[in-house]
Amino acid sequence: MSLVLDLVSWTMLLGGVFLGVSGAVGLFRFPDFYTRLHAAGVTDTLCAALILGGLMVQAGWSLVSIKLAFILLFLWYTSPTASHALAKAALRAGLGPRLAEKENPPSKS
Amino acid sequence: MIHLLWLGASLYGFWLLLSGHWDSGLLLALGGASTALVTLMAWRMQRLDALSFPAGLWRRLPGYWAWLFVEIIKANQDVVRRIWQPARFPISPTMAWLPASQKTDLGRAIYANSITLTPGTVAIEIDERGVLVHGLSAEVIADLRGAAMDRRVTRLEDGEGGA
Amino acid sequence: MFAAACLGILVVMALALVRASLPGNVYDRILAINMFGTKTVLFIAAYGFLTERPDFLDIALTYALINFIGIIAVLKLVERVAGTASPETDE
Repeated sequence: MSLVLDLVSWTMLLGGVFLGVSGAVGLFRFPDFYTRLHAAGVTDTLCAALILGGLMVQAGWSLVSIKLAFILLFLWYTSPTASHALAKAALRAGLGPRLAEKENPPSKS
Repeated sequence: MIHLLWLGASLYGFWLLLSGHWDSGLLLALGGASTALVTLMAWRMQRLDALSFPAGLWRRLPGYWAWLFVEIIKANQDVVRRIWQPARFPISPTMAWLPASQKTDLGRAIYANSITLTPGTVAIEIDERGVLVHGLSAEVIADLRGAAMDRRVTRLEDGEGGA
Repeated sequence: MFAAACLGILVVMALALVRASLPGNVYDRILAINMFGTKTVLFIAAYGFLTERPDFLDIALTYALINFIGIIAVLKLVERVAGTASPETDE
């Protein structure tokens, strides 16, 4: 049984790390600020959930798990606020997004 | 007043969960003192009106969260594919004003936060008419235009409405 | 296994730092720093498990809140400074 739990938590941890790396790669690969925002969103949502979830499986039913759940709750409550504030500030400052209608720029690589 | 008591009780519960020391009278009293102080500050700041949550919302919230979680997983898959396979899943950044059918500020805030929380879409501006959304691809904007999320949030807000 | 997770998160943090230090506009940098901050929270949590000291979670919890407040504060500052001048253009 504990082997199954270990397997589950390792898969979740590895999946979380993979999503984190994907988001970081997206940060380099996407053409403009607004699209990079979406790449960062991946690391803020499912990546955090998988890593904290994997740790929760290891901790079992305990206060440690409750704390991990609170960390996830805070991250999920604050990250959309931060993203929204960032996007709004950028748009207000006149940073125009590149949109698909005009052109479809290839990624920078 | 009832709000103050609720706030104080939930803060103390939160403190108990974080501290994990439930056997020392001194620590429990110190925790009580700090929650009382925070409650007092919240009262002085007059922020309590913002806490008025419709009671029915609490019952419907878990179901909505479950649905939102599934949506977030799907959206993550989509964005990760676009990151690693730009040739097969090209991006087409799109920006559009979408209508928001919620009646209260709280409902619109939940809607905009849900949009931002699902990767691939970010809510940038919001007012009485709708939400300005930047999407990673034309597809995700078309999805939002389908208004499944909009209807769900409206239903979450007033109990019936939508479909 | 926790070591592997910690290492992976460190790689992500390093990538975010590199992105933040590249020339570009200020919002890209704030975005990268925000990502660095949330990964720090995850790293502290995973490191607490690696060293078997669950007290680290309290630090992670605090850091999650501080990071959010810090990003909002920096944004307010940038908004005020950029209110008059036009922003650097993208690339």
